Amino acid sequence: MTRALPDDQTLTEEGALVAQNGKSLILACGALAREIIAVIDLNGWKHMDLKCLPAKLHLYPDQISDAVEAAVTQHSQAYDQIFVAYADCGTGGLLQARCEALGVKMIAGPHCYAFFDGNQTFADRGDAEMAAFYLTDFLVKQFDAFVWKPMGLDRHPQLRDMLFGNYETLIYLAQTENPDLDRQAKAAADRLGLAYERRFTGYGDLASHMKNWAS
Amino acid sequence: MSDEEDDIILSELDDDELVQQMFDDLYDGMKEEIEEAVHILLDRGWMPYDILTKALVEGMRIVGIDFRDGILFVPEVLLAANAMKGGMGILKPLLAETGAPRLGKMVIGTVKGDIHDIGKNLVSMMMEGAGFEVVDLGINNPVENYIDALEKEDADILGMSALLTTTMPYMKVVIDTLVEKGMREDYIVLVGGAPLNEEFGKAIGANAYCRDAAVAVETAKDFMARKHNQMASA
Repeated sequence: MTRALPDDQTLTEEGALVAQNGKSLILACGALAREIIAVIDLNGWKHMDLKCLPAKLHLYPDQISDAVEAAVTQHSQAYDQIFVAYADCGTGGLLQARCEALGVKMIAGPHCYAFFDGNQTFADRGDAEMAAFYLTDFLVKQFDAFVWKPMGLDRHPQLRDMLFGNYETLIYLAQTENPDLDRQAKAAADRLGLAYERRFTGYGDLASHMKNWAS
Repeated sequence: MSDEEDDIILSELDDDELVQQMFDDLYDGMKEEIEEAVHILLDRGWMPYDILTKALVEGMRIVGIDFRDGILFVPEVLLAANAMKGGMGILKPLLAETGAPRLGKMVIGTVKGDIHDIGKNLVSMMMEGAGFEVVDLGINNPVENYIDALEKEDADILGMSALLTTTMPYMKVVIDTLVEKGMREDYIVLVGGAPLNEEFGKAIGANAYCRDAAVAVETAKDFMARKHNQMASA
């Protein structure tokens, strides 16, 4: 049975708890909620629940470690195991250190776009994609909330080249085959004045991490 | 800050009022008004250095405080910086002519593999405003760029910036190379960027991690004062 998720706006602003009395909890960024539920449903892992923190925490990486710790503490009595579905996410190693101190596992890699692409593949690209700006399915849908408005481009469009002038290409790392998202991602590239490329990744290293956690 | 900007005629304000208005205009990112005000103060006989420090730098200091406190965000700071840049553009050639004090020389750049330069550019501008000479190497700098520039420019300070978790370790490559070449003690090394923190700065052997541009300026001043004190007592 597919579990219901709130809309993307709620995942961005508030997060969500999607629970079926499981024994293990995945504590995740709201930006990964749909992908995590898809992998859980695909594999029939009824013992795994999902708690999402607001995806907008990504705009304030210095707040992620404390928010993760608070959620781990809040849910530790109710679950046998808790897994953290965040990568480093701009915390400069602090989230990893916090997870180690809490005794919980997290996803390796710098960002979600790296583990969707595959961390090793992403690392191997090295400087070749230095001037790439990445979007995932979630970020395409929430482009205005995560890019356009926080960067002030809704109010000050003249800042675009100051903010994005060093980028060359917007690469949409697609988790699903969705022509509508492809169109939206292309439109985002146009708005930023960047060339456009779509790369299908599926769930990448997220799925393999979850498989390890589920076993 | 004010809803009555359109009603204000800058040339009719006295000096104190005009400087206060410049603080407001910087805060609101009003480049043309800042440029006009700089010209007015120059016409009234103000020294370029005084305009820079008492109006522009002080105004940006206020912007920096509100950025630190979460009242202003990156877009507003960029607009303020752009307004200050307009004023600096007028003052810079005049500062050279009038012999404004120089606090030291900084080589700054974003590290190899990283194209992000907003923070670095803010630091460059604030350092210049504070009286430092700045040699900006731009983005994506391999270690050779830093070493060559430090030697060529006879700099006092090395500033390195990175926005990515994947690129920030390159700062250690640069510092280790300075150590290998026996140059590390010749320079004050300041590092900054969103994913960095104080522990990282210490771990890679930098002199200091600077949270924002205002902190970078104060830290640079502090280290330069220590350097001069050491030289005086040697």
